[in-house]
Amino acid sequence: MSVPHFLLALLAEGPKYGLQLREEFEAGTGEVWPLNVGQVYKTLGRLERDGLAESDGTGPDGPQKRFRITPRGEEALADWLRTTPDLTSPPRDELVMKVLVAARVPGTDAHEVIQAHRMYLVELMQQWTRLKEGEARDDLGLALVVDSELFRLDAVTRWLDAADTRLKRAAAEPSRPAPASAPVPQLRRLGARR
Amino acid sequence: MSRPGLGGAGAREGGGAALNVLQLRGVSKTYGQEPAEVHALAGVDLSVQAGEMVAVMGPSGSGKSTLLTIAGSLEEPTSGDVLVCGMALAGMPPGRKARLRRRVIGYVFQDFNLLPGLSAAENVALPLELDGVAVPKARTAALAALEALGVADRAARFPDQLSGGERQRVAIARAVVGDRRLLLADEPSGALDSVNADEVMRLLHEACQRGVAAVVVTHDAQLAAWADRVVFLRDGRVSGQTTRPPGPESLLTPGEIR
Repeated sequence: MSVPHFLLALLAEGPKYGLQLREEFEAGTGEVWPLNVGQVYKTLGRLERDGLAESDGTGPDGPQKRFRITPRGEEALADWLRTTPDLTSPPRDELVMKVLVAARVPGTDAHEVIQAHRMYLVELMQQWTRLKEGEARDDLGLALVVDSELFRLDAVTRWLDAADTRLKRAAAEPSRPAPASAPVPQLRRLGARR
Repeated sequence: MSRPGLGGAGAREGGGAALNVLQLRGVSKTYGQEPAEVHALAGVDLSVQAGEMVAVMGPSGSGKSTLLTIAGSLEEPTSGDVLVCGMALAGMPPGRKARLRRRVIGYVFQDFNLLPGLSAAENVALPLELDGVAVPKARTAALAALEALGVADRAARFPDQLSGGERQRVAIARAVVGDRRLLLADEPSGALDSVNADEVMRLLHEACQRGVAAVVVTHDAQLAAWADRVVFLRDGRVSGQTTRPPGPESLLTPGEIR
């Protein structure tokens, strides 16, 4: 998560104190990611060191110190917003591994394994949805975070659905060997390098 | 009782015990004949209480639409029992079954199915009028239903003058108008975008909180997550169901996320 940039964004609204930044960070992200005071001052210290923010005093970090964004900080914030995150190499996902393993361990019912995970995910989605139904109605930050979490979990359940269907199909029409000369997708090579 | 056999006020109060508005007991449905038999449903048990929203999820061909048409008495099971408000559908005379369908059960379809030549209010009033309710009374009930769904100001408009979200609100109003107990919905958010789809699910869930029982069939986990309980169908069988989830508080305990 990009706490430094979120703090820069808060400073872009005007000079602020450390404690205030912490409160506004938590409120602005639906209070889903708690942040302790130590983290806030450590991050501010780094922003100051890198010339992205500056403070009033020269004394030790504390509630009396006020921070403001520098022109370089504004530039860094604008750059960061437009820099796409690196999504090219697939993450080594635990759930993907489990399904891959379930598909090849003899005596394992892969569908049952998939269903257990699907159930857990949907229960989790139900909880997020209760949040959406209640508190998130009047809290835009929370609504955005809840949506993103629901879409993420939804993507995982969809993948499980697809895996379930693929495994079922593979069981019905076994051993169709892949053509020997199948081209290796570019992405796979990319991922292997990382 | 003016509407005999439809489980009136007495059944609703139910003496404190939770009322099963819909019960499927060992319901199977087989299409075709040997050797080309297709078992759409195979021994499904499902109970839905008043005030409860149940989502039925499953891949294409898992039997979820069949479950819905059987629950709505539009199709008969090959074996097993279907009870609506405690009354068995099997052996019910066709006239009575049709009455039950009109008065107790509301349907929401993915393509909304509003009649283009009727205004929003007329669309909502139609099921009541078909059931013999006097026009002014039906109109009052229709306006109340539109009001509850936040589209009272669209009452005079025709479907083609409404947005997709508004059309679906009108369709939900039509499904709950009068004294409906059971709401059956097949992919109720149709082709709406996710924020509008959310709104549809919110409204359906609110209708349940007012005491209606609902079965929502969907393949979309985000929609299913609105339900109090999610039932998974696979090859015509229930392959699992979620328990009533704990409140959202558990998600926001510091340190529990990631």
